[in-house]
Amino acid sequence: MAANPRIPNPVRPTFAPGERDDTVVVSIGPSHPATHGTVQIFAELDGERILRVDVHCGYLHRGFEKECESHTWHNLIPYVDRLNYCSPLINDFAYCDTVERLMGVEITPRTKYLRTLLSEYSRLCDHLTCIAAALMELGAMTAFLYLVMIRDYMYEHIAALTGARVTHSYGRIGGLARDLPPGWLTRLAEILDQYEEFIGRVHGLVDRNRIFIDRMRDVGVLTTAQALDFGYTGPMLRSTGAARDLRKDTPYLAYAELDFEVPVGIKGDNYDRYYVRMREMDESVHMIRQLMDMLPAGPINVDDRRCTFPEKTLVYGEIESLINHFKLVMEGPRVPAGEIYHAHESANGELGFYLVSTGEGVPYKVHVRAPSFVHMGGAAKLLEGYQLADLVPTFGSINMIGGECDR
Amino acid sequence: MGAEVFDRITTRLAAREEEARVMHGILVVNLAPDAVAQAARSLKAEFAFDIFLDVTAVDWPGQEPRFEVVWHFYSTTDNVRVCLKTRVPESNPVVASLTPLFGSAAFMERECHDMYGIVFDGNADLRPILLYEGFVGHPLRKDYPKEREQPLVPYRDAAAERGGE
Repeated sequence: MAANPRIPNPVRPTFAPGERDDTVVVSIGPSHPATHGTVQIFAELDGERILRVDVHCGYLHRGFEKECESHTWHNLIPYVDRLNYCSPLINDFAYCDTVERLMGVEITPRTKYLRTLLSEYSRLCDHLTCIAAALMELGAMTAFLYLVMIRDYMYEHIAALTGARVTHSYGRIGGLARDLPPGWLTRLAEILDQYEEFIGRVHGLVDRNRIFIDRMRDVGVLTTAQALDFGYTGPMLRSTGAARDLRKDTPYLAYAELDFEVPVGIKGDNYDRYYVRMREMDESVHMIRQLMDMLPAGPINVDDRRCTFPEKTLVYGEIESLINHFKLVMEGPRVPAGEIYHAHESANGELGFYLVSTGEGVPYKVHVRAPSFVHMGGAAKLLEGYQLADLVPTFGSINMIGGECDR
Repeated sequence: MGAEVFDRITTRLAAREEEARVMHGILVVNLAPDAVAQAARSLKAEFAFDIFLDVTAVDWPGQEPRFEVVWHFYSTTDNVRVCLKTRVPESNPVVASLTPLFGSAAFMERECHDMYGIVFDGNADLRPILLYEGFVGHPLRKDYPKEREQPLVPYRDAAAERGGE
């Protein structure tokens, strides 16, 4: 067998080993049980204490933005799903909402409420995943199983609606893929009741647990000023005490009509990030229950031939619908020339889409302002000065999602 | 929403700005490349734009200057966004770095440098972030072919390994 060719190191850390003779530089990741995502961390250690950190992402880079430039506005919806794969519906709806604003399309009332409901449902899944993984990494296996059990009920339930557990591809420009199946809301109410029972058990197991508090309190502390400087949004920023939430500050979808609070933390440490997420889930459940009562009847897709596919029976039966369908599939919906930046409050923070259209059926540029990527920019400051073992809960509480961070 | 603060910003930046208008609820200000840093500074200091959201670029091959660099800022006081834009030529794609003003600029400028080759003067760390050391070219430029492969680990020649079947 031929000798393996020499492969250059794809990553160059900012600090070389040996600048100081009493420290050790360790490379953690990109695939390591402690990294909670495909990311590489170079840490310079003085004993157990972390002196300097250099975070490298990009291991999941798959050219999302480049790929979008050769797909029609519709065809890239499945790609958008794969950004934050813990809450794909929020990505779908944020993207569709941005395109609709550029086209000047107003979605139907039923879709507006349904998207709000599903966004909150998706946020529940995301926070459950984040908290469950963070707890498991600290050894809280029971709490982990309780949380992922509920999450699995939700995945199965969303699969009954969208046909897939994780990558739903459920949003459509101007509407949704399909309406709710019969009995879906009844099952939703059951799951929310089960959620409350099990989240109560998790609170009981974890909140005042000495081991948990010792690992989480005063670890990874962040001030509001630091958080703003690093561009942090979402639970990361709110854990520092700043009640900033796009759902309240710049309401979109149906959020202006809902009653909900914006939970904030006190110290901005790992414990606060855990608790803010727990409280946000309660608010999401509260919102979903309101939305179940508010959900109006009616169509889910707008009657706009620029973006909505015609009924399949009409495609087979009349030439106008056949051509309409052909044009939408082959050329894509014509989005007026222009550009737009629009953001939704995703589970991790401000998820913004910057779209540039030249009037074609294919986007000229798609850029995602991914909260995970921005959060990685400040991660070093959260890790430096703490113990190496603190890297695990701190990194877990940032909830870095590789698909969104690396795109 | 935000109309009053947009008017004040437009007035404040009027001396340098070529064009400012509100698009989809965001104030978009076009500036000369050397005026961006000062505009960002006054946005932060005078108008409380405390979150630097994003920087990216748009490639317009055939136009001169070729690259459009786009910054987005958010004010948690007024809950509005402002977009600054400038054009830089392919021969000298240099704009000032905003790292002295916002810590978040460091990573985002690295990404923009990766993807478009925009040089952020003042950002000391423009190492690849989403790409890797040794990657040739800037993939989001329109003249970078989507199909081009630059594997870090060379592909194995399966036929040769089987003995040239």
